[in-house]
Amino acid sequence: MTTAPLAGWGRHPVRDCRLETLREAGQLGALLDAAPTLIPRGGGRAYGDAALNPALTLSMLAQDRLLHFDADRGRLTCEAGVTLADLLKFFAPRGWFPPVLPGTKFVTVGGMVAADVHGKNHHRDGSFGAHVDSLSLVAADGGARTLSRAEQPDLFRATIGGMGLTGVIMDVTLRLMRIPSAYLSVETVATQDLAETMAGFEESASWPYSVAWLDALARGPAAGRGLLTHAKFMAPDELPAALAGAPSRGPARPLASVPMPAPKWLLNRPLVKCFNECYYQLGRRGSGQRPTHFDPYFFPLDRVGALNRLAGRPGFAQHQCALPMATSAPALAALLRTVAASQRGAYLAVLKRFGPGGDGLLSFPMDGYTLALDIPMRHDTAALLDALDGIVTEHGGRIYLAKDAHCSAQRLRAGYPRLNDFATARAQAAGTPPKFASELSRRLEL
Amino acid sequence: MSSPGTALIIGATSDIGRAIGRALARDGWALQLAARDATRLANEAADLALRGAAGDVGQWRCDVLEAGAAAALADTLEPLPDVAVCVVGELGEQAAGERDGAAAERVMRANYIGPALLLGALAERFTARGSGVLVALSSVAGERGRASNYLYGSAKAGLTAFLSGLRNRLHPAGVHVVTVLPGFVATRMTDGMALPAALTTTPEAVAAQVVRAIGERRNVVYAKPLWRPIMAVVRALPEALFKRLRL
Repeated sequence: MTTAPLAGWGRHPVRDCRLETLREAGQLGALLDAAPTLIPRGGGRAYGDAALNPALTLSMLAQDRLLHFDADRGRLTCEAGVTLADLLKFFAPRGWFPPVLPGTKFVTVGGMVAADVHGKNHHRDGSFGAHVDSLSLVAADGGARTLSRAEQPDLFRATIGGMGLTGVIMDVTLRLMRIPSAYLSVETVATQDLAETMAGFEESASWPYSVAWLDALARGPAAGRGLLTHAKFMAPDELPAALAGAPSRGPARPLASVPMPAPKWLLNRPLVKCFNECYYQLGRRGSGQRPTHFDPYFFPLDRVGALNRLAGRPGFAQHQCALPMATSAPALAALLRTVAASQRGAYLAVLKRFGPGGDGLLSFPMDGYTLALDIPMRHDTAALLDALDGIVTEHGGRIYLAKDAHCSAQRLRAGYPRLNDFATARAQAAGTPPKFASELSRRLEL
Repeated sequence: MSSPGTALIIGATSDIGRAIGRALARDGWALQLAARDATRLANEAADLALRGAAGDVGQWRCDVLEAGAAAALADTLEPLPDVAVCVVGELGEQAAGERDGAAAERVMRANYIGPALLLGALAERFTARGSGVLVALSSVAGERGRASNYLYGSAKAGLTAFLSGLRNRLHPAGVHVVTVLPGFVATRMTDGMALPAALTTTPEAVAAQVVRAIGERRNVVYAKPLWRPIMAVVRALPEALFKRLRL
């Protein structure tokens, strides 16, 4: 039994947690009996306190077997601790691809279900849960249940996006999708302001993948300017000869790693402003189409190891919200204005058009836009996050649980109208009081 | 890619066994798995097939503590593998073994008698064929008996001596024997133990060394090089001094 300081990817907050690795499924019953509460943990890529529980945090990383693959239909059953990196490694060379990819490949399948993650194709393909046919969940009584849209559908919908609070996801059956090659045709368009960026998203709805990097420090008329990229997989006959020979080259190795927490002064405002300006101007000049391997396209930040040390010892917060279509334009303008005006700024801002939300009771996406802001933790960051949360609530939006470490229970509740249904379904498996709980669920009174 | 051959892993559902299976699957070996639990064996076989093992992954239920297990396995392997890796072992609890003969016997059987009989049975068949590599995980604990774990250590000492003798005997026959001394490995066997970082390795690192040792026909492999001088010192200490130490 080891108790050690544990944190999410944002390195804030840190809690002393008893961390155990689930070696055998058979051990789970005894662990459930012995611990008052438990939360499963996957790749540890949730930013805040979602996978922290002092009484027992259960690492699922050793539960990583690929159990069954139907090569005709692309249907895969695997254990919850299988990483997205493994799915890419073993199935992309066969022409099968994960249906949804978040911004890092070091997440687990169980984590992707629990956060009902989305990717650059959400406007077309929905979130991860939409591609899950069934899953097996171990409840507080130690019993395993198979959940699907037909079997215990309420509990299934509570588990998709349920942040591990309904039980321990043991294995998942999901549908992969066919890809014609490992390369995407990527088009980058530089936009002048928020209206143009949003118009670009609406016009590019037919592209399977789209996302925009925004210059979060641009103010006034330039606010919301950025680089909008669209992408689609290329057919083998569209590839240049040099790439056609090796269409399934594996993922690139990390270019470098951040060796230690960076000093606080590194991410200062002038430096980030300078970086943003250069990045924007380079992107503007480099606009156009070029073939790109899926790995650098989907996971540019994975190429630098331990990137989360960049913000230094205090860690950083990521603020990600979803906004309904009707209020997206004014809400985004207000959010960007607030960030740009703050002394801290955000060193990364990503905008994405969401399609309709899925059936998960606590799922994050909703028809509209989502904005993600990386903000270094400093003494006054809480006030900035508060202001941002206020704007989101005011405009009928919601906060992403997988990123959050700060939101209040009251504001969260305003964004998730199906919380009561979630609580009812959760009680079926987690019991009362719930066996499955985390620092996040206590903070947000879930 | 043509398959480098067929490898049998005995103890395939253990943490180190799983890691060795994955390392061999990555290189396209055909695999045969032997372990106690049929369900876990089936899951492991499915996983390794999807991770690149050539063809179907064979499954043999085998418990080295059962009488006749060695012959039952060796006689039914089809095809006879090119390489056999034995990862079987059990740390047991020293204090329990001191009180209870049955517990002590279990440690001795799991770490010496069972694995040795199995490797011996395979060695006969490899010798008849005139080729093959036998790999077994022994332990640095077998280099010298210590108060804290001499039951486990003595069984591993027996296994190390057995492997050394087997290597000596089979060398002219073209059959190679590799002894792997992992030292501390972060596995379920050591979960909850405070292990010195400089001497502790991972199942994946041990697996990579096993694969290399097979290719290079290594004789005795320490997972962490630091163990070699440490154990040389431990072996060299005069008994008059050693018996007074708390180790």
